[in-house]
Amino acid sequence: MLYFIEQCLNGVQLGMLLFLLAAGLTLIFGIMDLVNLAHGSLYMLGAYFAATFAGLTDSFVLGAILALIATLVVGMAVEVIAMRRLYGRDHLDHVLGTFGLILFFNEMVRLIWGPAGMTLSLPMEMLQAVEVIPGVFYPLYRLVIIGATLLVALFLYILVMRTRIGMLIRAGASNREMVGALGINIKLLYTLVFGLGAALAGFAGLMQAPILTVQIGMGENILILAFVVIIIGGIGSIRGAFVAAVLVGLIDTIGRAFLPDLLRLFFSTNAASNAGPAISSMLIYLLMALVLVFRPEGLFPAARK
Amino acid sequence: MRKALLLAGALALAAAPAAAQQKTIKIGFISTFSGPTAVIGNDMRNSFELGLDHLGRKLGGLPVEVVYEDDQQKPEVGKQKTDKLIESDKVDFIVGHIWSNVLLASLKSVVDSKTMMVVTNAGPSQLAGELCSPYVFSTSWQNDQTPQAMGLYMNQKGVKTAFLIGPNYAAGKDMLAGVASTFKGKVIGQELTTWPTQLDFNAELSKARAAKPDAIFVFYPGAAGVQFLTQYAQAGLKGTIPLYTAFTIDELSLPRQKDLALGVPGAQEWVNDLPNPVNKKFVADYKAKYKSSPSFYGAQTYDAAALINSAVAAVKGDVSKKDDMRKEMEKANFKSVRGGFRYGKNHIPIQNFYLQEAVKVGDEYVLKTVATIVRDNQDQHVSKCPMK
Repeated sequence: MLYFIEQCLNGVQLGMLLFLLAAGLTLIFGIMDLVNLAHGSLYMLGAYFAATFAGLTDSFVLGAILALIATLVVGMAVEVIAMRRLYGRDHLDHVLGTFGLILFFNEMVRLIWGPAGMTLSLPMEMLQAVEVIPGVFYPLYRLVIIGATLLVALFLYILVMRTRIGMLIRAGASNREMVGALGINIKLLYTLVFGLGAALAGFAGLMQAPILTVQIGMGENILILAFVVIIIGGIGSIRGAFVAAVLVGLIDTIGRAFLPDLLRLFFSTNAASNAGPAISSMLIYLLMALVLVFRPEGLFPAARK
Repeated sequence: MRKALLLAGALALAAAPAAAQQKTIKIGFISTFSGPTAVIGNDMRNSFELGLDHLGRKLGGLPVEVVYEDDQQKPEVGKQKTDKLIESDKVDFIVGHIWSNVLLASLKSVVDSKTMMVVTNAGPSQLAGELCSPYVFSTSWQNDQTPQAMGLYMNQKGVKTAFLIGPNYAAGKDMLAGVASTFKGKVIGQELTTWPTQLDFNAELSKARAAKPDAIFVFYPGAAGVQFLTQYAQAGLKGTIPLYTAFTIDELSLPRQKDLALGVPGAQEWVNDLPNPVNKKFVADYKAKYKSSPSFYGAQTYDAAALINSAVAAVKGDVSKKDDMRKEMEKANFKSVRGGFRYGKNHIPIQNFYLQEAVKVGDEYVLKTVATIVRDNQDQHVSKCPMK
């Protein structure tokens, strides 16, 4: 039972990471109608910036803050330089254009930081596990990730639902021509939204950097999961992204933790430990397929246009 | 006029041996040169180039041309590149291969075309057993051997129960089977993770913690080794459940693992401080040329250049005499950086395995030989190899 709780925490933690990525992706997709494959590159940049700035300042927190600002700026620059040319075009053009950006960013990182990758080390106090409830030890840093992401989720909720900018964002999602006609600078709004999405991706990258290593292409695998999350959650819905991210995180982790043991009841140990990881990595795609069959709009579809 | 004819004749005579000497030895080199594991491929390429430098850029007296191909760590790409090297570049030797699964996908093309091959890292059990081939040699090991040595060391340390973690691909399965075959205690749990995409091992670490073993054995090559050690420390397991490793800490990952690697034992057939003159020259010249330390991947690839040199020299440059080259290579008649080894009938080295540990010297982290775990170790799959 205690072990089950620990695995649930692992699942929630993965879900939190996916939420950070998916929130930015769903904002950009839902509001700007832009398929951004280069979202994973911004995640990678966040991690590289954090590793670099933390190295320069000798402080993890300071490095993280600087990295967040840097990804925000890069995101807005990418919007102004590249993304603006893609609005109003076919989704296929978005895919092509942003795929080009992936290649561009990967090469740029190789040129600036070299091919070897970097590490971002945590302060020593973070290298321990705390007893969450009696008998359940959990890495302190992962608890920090969960806490920080919940704060970000709350911030996003307030921003989108309770502020003037949020109102404009929602209005832009429903009818962009109308918002423009009412004298709102929709171009600036889009730049801000894209920058916000980039900063969220960068935040995910820098939070994940101490767990994984910082390396070229680190955002590409996780981006696929993030797309699965926004499809399950409903495109454009932050609430949907949150629920779907936790769901995907839990299913993936619990599947990985328990499926091999479950299979061992029916098959030989060898077959089970071979098939287990394979089948458990399929589970989330099965979930996505089911959602697409029964609720093609996703679990929490955003308001209709 | 007669003078001119004579001159032409003399020129023709002079030109004939020159033309024969123009023959170059063509080598196709397959490794990973892009993505997160490109550091391994680069280390192998650097070492091979250094090996050629030390041989005067000649193999058996003939000039060399090397075609480098990137397998992107993908079996299908590795196979494609192998076919290209054999059919379109018509190489005399294929050298390289980090990944067992990529090698297994490419092996058939090599064997069917009877191309000479020197595998410088991957050591799938199939290659040592039923798929062994007269023209394929290894300068590394069979996957099981290194973890087997680690299993012996765990016995020495009095480990009674162990939890094994590794990636779910050909080498990962071999490694875990290897350690289980020599470890006398009880294996109370085993986890295989999706490779190479899964980089978060917290679920597996939770499982290991819940199983309460005396020790965890782990195999994660390349950057995944950095990630595993980091997450192991973050889970608070350092100091609670000791870690034993194979191919997880090396010169390429150590600069990023730093303190996390200190005190974690690993087994290896080559360590940078092995006290033989060939190795000293290799390590010193590598550091001078590339401003970094060579890894075992590089050491094995450096050996490949010397092995091929011995084969080409034995047939005086006539590389069509494959069987003569094979017979020469079977003698392992060259100076290896690991201080010499013999070949088993399956062309896998019979060699020593050492215990290595990471230590901090000043600001630098280096690997040091602590002890010899096992001498003249032969892999356990040789009996399945039909070759004599």
